[in-house]
Amino acid sequence: MRYLPKSDLERREMLSTIGVNSLEDLFSHLPEEVRIKQPLQIAPGKSEYDIVDYFRARGTENANGYSSFLGAGVYNHYRPVLVDTVVSRGEFLTSYTPYQAELAQGTLISIFEFQTMICQLTGMEVANASMYDGSSAVPEAAMMAMRLTNRDEILVARTVHPEYREVLATYAQHQGMPVHEIGYHPESGRIDLEDLDRQLNDKVAAVILQSPNFFGVIDDVKKAAEITHRHGALLVFVFTEAVSLGLLEPPSDADIVAGELQSFAIPPSYGGPYAGIIAAKEKFIRQMPGRIVGETKDTHGHQSYCLTLSTREQHIRREKATSNICTNQALIALMATVFMTIYGKQGLRELAGQNLSKAHYLASQLPLRFTGPFFNEFVVNTNGRSPEQINDALLGEKIIGGLPLKRFYPELDGAMLLCATEMNRREQMDRVAEAFHQ
Amino acid sequence: MIYPENLLYTKEHEWVRVEGDTGVVGITDHAQKELGDIVYVDLPKVGATAEKGKNVGSVESVKAVSDIYAPISGEVTEVNEALATAPEKLNEDPHGGAWLVKIKLSNPEEIKQLLSAADYQTYVGAE
Amino acid sequence: MIKKTSPHIVQNEALIFQRSSPGKIGYQLPELDVPHVDPASALGPENTRGEIEHFPEVSEVDVIRHFTRLSTYNYAIDLGLYPLGSCTMKYNPRVNEQVARIDGLAWAHPYQPESLSQGAMEIVAELEKVLREITGMDAVTLQPAAGAHGEFTGILLVRAFLEAQGNPRKKILIPDSAHGTNPATAMMVGYRVENIRSKENGMVDVEALERVVDEDVAALMVTNPNTVGVFEKDIAKVAGILHAKGAQVYMDGANMNALVGIARPGDFGVDVMHLNLHKTFSTPHGGGGPGSGAVAVKQHLIPFLPSPRLQRKGDQWSWNYELPQSIGRVRSFYGNFGVLVRALAYIMAHGGPGLRNATMDALLNANYLRALLEPYYELPHQAQTMHECVFSDVRQAKLGVHTGDIAKRLIDYGFHPYTVSFPLIVKGAMMIEPTETEGKGELDLFADALISIAKEIEEDPKMVLKAPLLTRTSRVDEVAAARKPVVRWKPQPPTSKAAD
Repeated sequence: MRYLPKSDLERREMLSTIGVNSLEDLFSHLPEEVRIKQPLQIAPGKSEYDIVDYFRARGTENANGYSSFLGAGVYNHYRPVLVDTVVSRGEFLTSYTPYQAELAQGTLISIFEFQTMICQLTGMEVANASMYDGSSAVPEAAMMAMRLTNRDEILVARTVHPEYREVLATYAQHQGMPVHEIGYHPESGRIDLEDLDRQLNDKVAAVILQSPNFFGVIDDVKKAAEITHRHGALLVFVFTEAVSLGLLEPPSDADIVAGELQSFAIPPSYGGPYAGIIAAKEKFIRQMPGRIVGETKDTHGHQSYCLTLSTREQHIRREKATSNICTNQALIALMATVFMTIYGKQGLRELAGQNLSKAHYLASQLPLRFTGPFFNEFVVNTNGRSPEQINDALLGEKIIGGLPLKRFYPELDGAMLLCATEMNRREQMDRVAEAFHQ
Repeated sequence: MIYPENLLYTKEHEWVRVEGDTGVVGITDHAQKELGDIVYVDLPKVGATAEKGKNVGSVESVKAVSDIYAPISGEVTEVNEALATAPEKLNEDPHGGAWLVKIKLSNPEEIKQLLSAADYQTYVGAE
Repeated sequence: MIKKTSPHIVQNEALIFQRSSPGKIGYQLPELDVPHVDPASALGPENTRGEIEHFPEVSEVDVIRHFTRLSTYNYAIDLGLYPLGSCTMKYNPRVNEQVARIDGLAWAHPYQPESLSQGAMEIVAELEKVLREITGMDAVTLQPAAGAHGEFTGILLVRAFLEAQGNPRKKILIPDSAHGTNPATAMMVGYRVENIRSKENGMVDVEALERVVDEDVAALMVTNPNTVGVFEKDIAKVAGILHAKGAQVYMDGANMNALVGIARPGDFGVDVMHLNLHKTFSTPHGGGGPGSGAVAVKQHLIPFLPSPRLQRKGDQWSWNYELPQSIGRVRSFYGNFGVLVRALAYIMAHGGPGLRNATMDALLNANYLRALLEPYYELPHQAQTMHECVFSDVRQAKLGVHTGDIAKRLIDYGFHPYTVSFPLIVKGAMMIEPTETEGKGELDLFADALISIAKEIEEDPKMVLKAPLLTRTSRVDEVAAARKPVVRWKPQPPTSKAAD
């Protein structure tokens, strides 16, 4: 088999060195009752040709050549070619976690740059080397806030991505972490600040809010932070559309930022793998979960990098660890790092600007549900036809429409969430507008 | 290492120096050696209540974290601020300058349960 | 002083920020085909940011050179053996990379219509099926993002199951040889951890276990083979003890590379387990992730699996969200789909008989290294080795050299170190797992290196203590990094003229 670099001759030599006769002797000590009773019922090994064929066929059974107006936490952005060129290098792709600094300065330096850029983008002072994704970064941020404040209640805005809230609920179950939701204004689509003020008390560890929120509306983070801090709680800022940070005011009033970087050259890939991050104010660094790369010197005095503050982590702290996270998303974070360096200071702003223009062009032709300012996503009413009918009509033109909201917000039955990015063309947007007005 | 006779000890490798109604608490030379280079010390706030046997902070090296268990109960009256900027003091002078907290004894009887220098010496010799 | 250049021998690459210059660009966006919208007007000036201070400004050429140079500072499987115990660093087949990038799969949005996602769903269904077969379990979820995430999911399932029976119970038993994620996970699910000591041969002490299993025990988390690479031959008995008291058996599948095609956890009493697709199933480590932590369960735990589950509706696949007893989601969407594609491609390449052959080669390689190294390094656990073996540095420690030092000297011989100081039950542990994708030549070189180092330690221990001697970076100061953590670059303030 092409992945097994031994000949039968070599196997015999090795068996002889070991002092046994056959490969089966190496596991004959396993008790009879645990041994497999029949060979695995899996087809024999396939050639590379057949494997590629199988997956190509599966690919054709998925959408191909459709334009899409779906956002809702996963965004279609152009992936610069250089991203795959870099991550396909064997030294990045097939390397291990950089525990041995002497053999991993490449990985460590790129993570250090990543951490830096995340801080520059979000206005935070420290960042980790990635979490699994945005959805799991949120409960990790909540638990971090609990440790920091010694309080246990969490308030989360209903306008935070519904699946993120579900994940938070799953983690909260057994942490003694009551979670309550804060409503939104039906007109603006923004967080109900009075509701927030009412629900805040000295038991609340953190307020979690997302901006742009799930409806695409940009929230009043400054005001929310003020109210939150007045009660001694921490503000956790969540983002799902990283490109928005190219144009929108960074959340410097937040204490912890938990976000998703999929927009930065990470393929949508039917839901994963993505890369989440946690960033925070410097004074919270020892309570941050996940790997962190730090600067240091080596024995020759060279500037070097290494994983640091490891005692927070599971492999040392065990049951007292800040989190159980071990493997993270290093290669995916590297995609984002390359993306950020390619676009750079100007490019990210210009990219965000194009997104803004595209989305506002489409939105100007449709009945908007909310009055609040928005970036590249917005909610529209369907007035007459149902979202499903509109989407069916669009499918006929190889266009995937927006997300009908009733599955997550029953009170928004008949509304649809649309997203337009730099990858959507004017003609496609005009078609979408037409479908609404038929 | 000859353990100072003016200190009393615990099996968790803490020491106590009784000064009137206050106990000065630290970790022993054995503990700092096991941990290696100390990188961070986490101490309670002044005014906190320490309870004998319960966690009252932690000491961190690159490879391990050691919880500190209060050897005596009482109010924390002082913490050693110097360790925040110079945790390495704990490696250099664990029995003297690198004390961790001062606790006003709420139950002086607890002193009787601590080990003498000789007993602690035997204990770490045997470990 | 001559300023040295960047390429890898010298490893002098500056950070990307230090290559930046205002106005350099690495991109070009297409022309805007809609009217330009002014951000301040559309968003409100209070919502618009100023520039992203000190963000990189480099050209495409700078980008490719920078990252290419950085990559050359790394060791990788593509360069040689990683003998890391319990990590299963095997070859990452490149065809897997190609199929994961197929347009219809890479660009699939998780919310796109199900009718246009049948290909992706078929892949998920097929992988669930083959993993069921490999593990001998009744159902599989592919939602968790990594091993630790899978452990979290698994223990949540245990808790949900016991709760449905009226009592979630209080504690989880964990052998002292376990991976650190095990106790960390137990705490996250609201359980207390009780450590069980291993016997002299590194195995679970069955008599001791019997004494501590009571109705407060929710589960035992066990790794099999254990972390010293030995098969827990009493595993069926252990499972019986737990089950008799209504407790569950969780198996950490990190060492599945020793079992695929030879034994199935479902056959020896395991109720729930996780698999590390980035270990046993060859998906690339990429410098630290992504992974995927598939969880396999027996029948009685199925109702509690994370939502949604794949179901068949006529001749179509569909996601079923009507799962009243589900523990909920452990992450958004369906799992690390891109990783699942790679794992399935790997399984297809080997096939049923091939997977068994791969396992046998993994056992062969580990046993071969054991035979070569036993005369030179102490092997505290004499039981039969499976896919990994754990030596101890006791002989060398007498001369003042420890496992960490030996590991560093190994770097001078061109190898990545083995796993240092784990498991905790072995003093000065040297944990070695070659995996099946190593040939005899590479293994001989590795053994020769360690044997040579053993001799060096006898003749010149001081030299070994300074290792690595031949790399550009050597013995980074981890203490300084932890005392005063600097975790981001900041621009240097310009030096004043007075300082000159």
